[in-house]
Amino acid sequence: MRIVIAKPGLDGHDRGAKVVARALRDGGHEVVYTGLRKTPEEIVRIVMDEDAAALGLSTLSGAHDVLVPAVCDGLREEGLSEVIVFAGGIIPSDERDSLHNQGVRAIFGPGARTSEILEFLEAASGRIESGEPVGVGENSGWRWR
Amino acid sequence: MAMALSDSETMSSALSGSRRDLSRALTAIENGANFDFAAADPWTLGVTGPPGVGKSSLIGSLISKWADRGERVAVLAVDPSSPNSGGALLADRMRMQEADSADSVFVRSLATRNHPGGLASRISPMIDCLHACGWSRIVIETVGSGQSEIRIVAFADRVLLVDGPDRGDVIQAEKAGILELADIIAINKSDLPNSEQAADSVRTAMRLVNGSDTPVHLVSAHDGSGVDDLLEEIESCSFSVGRNRLRAREQLLSAWDSRLLDHPGLNEVLDSLETGSITLDEAVESLR
Repeated sequence: MRIVIAKPGLDGHDRGAKVVARALRDGGHEVVYTGLRKTPEEIVRIVMDEDAAALGLSTLSGAHDVLVPAVCDGLREEGLSEVIVFAGGIIPSDERDSLHNQGVRAIFGPGARTSEILEFLEAASGRIESGEPVGVGENSGWRWR
Repeated sequence: MAMALSDSETMSSALSGSRRDLSRALTAIENGANFDFAAADPWTLGVTGPPGVGKSSLIGSLISKWADRGERVAVLAVDPSSPNSGGALLADRMRMQEADSADSVFVRSLATRNHPGGLASRISPMIDCLHACGWSRIVIETVGSGQSEIRIVAFADRVLLVDGPDRGDVIQAEKAGILELADIIAINKSDLPNSEQAADSVRTAMRLVNGSDTPVHLVSAHDGSGVDDLLEEIESCSFSVGRNRLRAREQLLSAWDSRLLDHPGLNEVLDSLETGSITLDEAVESLR
């Protein structure tokens, strides 16, 4: 799978994103890492140009409530509804439902194992193969665990 | 779920200006789809050199200057796939300014996918596709570390070899045959000490080795010095007949490789070779 790992906003901490990028590569995926401080518009552009099937957003700044929905809206507006969106970093558990309602299919916090992210992607691919909705703009209540 | 377009519908949408469908068409081509494009002459530049010398950053500087001149710049940035997992980490675009925002810049990262010659055989149709969609400057970036990478830049009409100070890798590169293909050499990081000496030693070595007049430019992607002159050199560069033959040779080898790797009898022949029941010569005969 082609996956973009992105760092939205003004957050300069990307060790987590790099660990995830490497783990996904070792899991056989082609991973495009965006580098730091990307705007939602830039992230949507990168997903489009790279024809990525999935997008992982890493945020530790506390601004996930603004940035993640902006990216999800952008993807839908640009006709990229089938892209699978997942998130990670510091996202408090009581703020996760609203992100899931935006189409984010999985959120991985501190302590999550990289193998779990690979399992999630496998489950998401399985849903695509059987024609079940999983993209950010596809109507689905499905979420990982 | 949105109705998926056929490859040809995707391509006609790309040709009429849809960026999203251009991106999808490139994926289709990468995966083996073939389209007919009107005969054309795309403008292409191959950029190669050792890891860490600043190829992507330098391309980033060139992109900005081209964009200012009204060119539409597309970059195919090639990185190796991991031989163990088949996965790849593609991070060239993070070094390129404006790659993520300007409408006149399009960057696609590509993994070699461990098919020697395999990606090379898809590069030409991808270039044709970008050209047909109106991209006026097409750059192909590879790490100049192996034969398959050389074959990829051989698909470009002009080749820029990038090196850094204190490396001596340009001379090493001769062993891989890249030096012969290079039309222009850039020594990047002129803001660092010793870069002047590095450029001089490369100039001297080039004259000694093959009496060539390949221009050597000292540049800095970091502070922009020398980049304007390099751009002028690239723009005025016309390929020599001698290099054309080298290019044709690399392209032929890569097409031959793909033909071999796609041969239906390949696995059977490999089995026989593994057990020693046939010789290499017999294997070659049976795959002809």
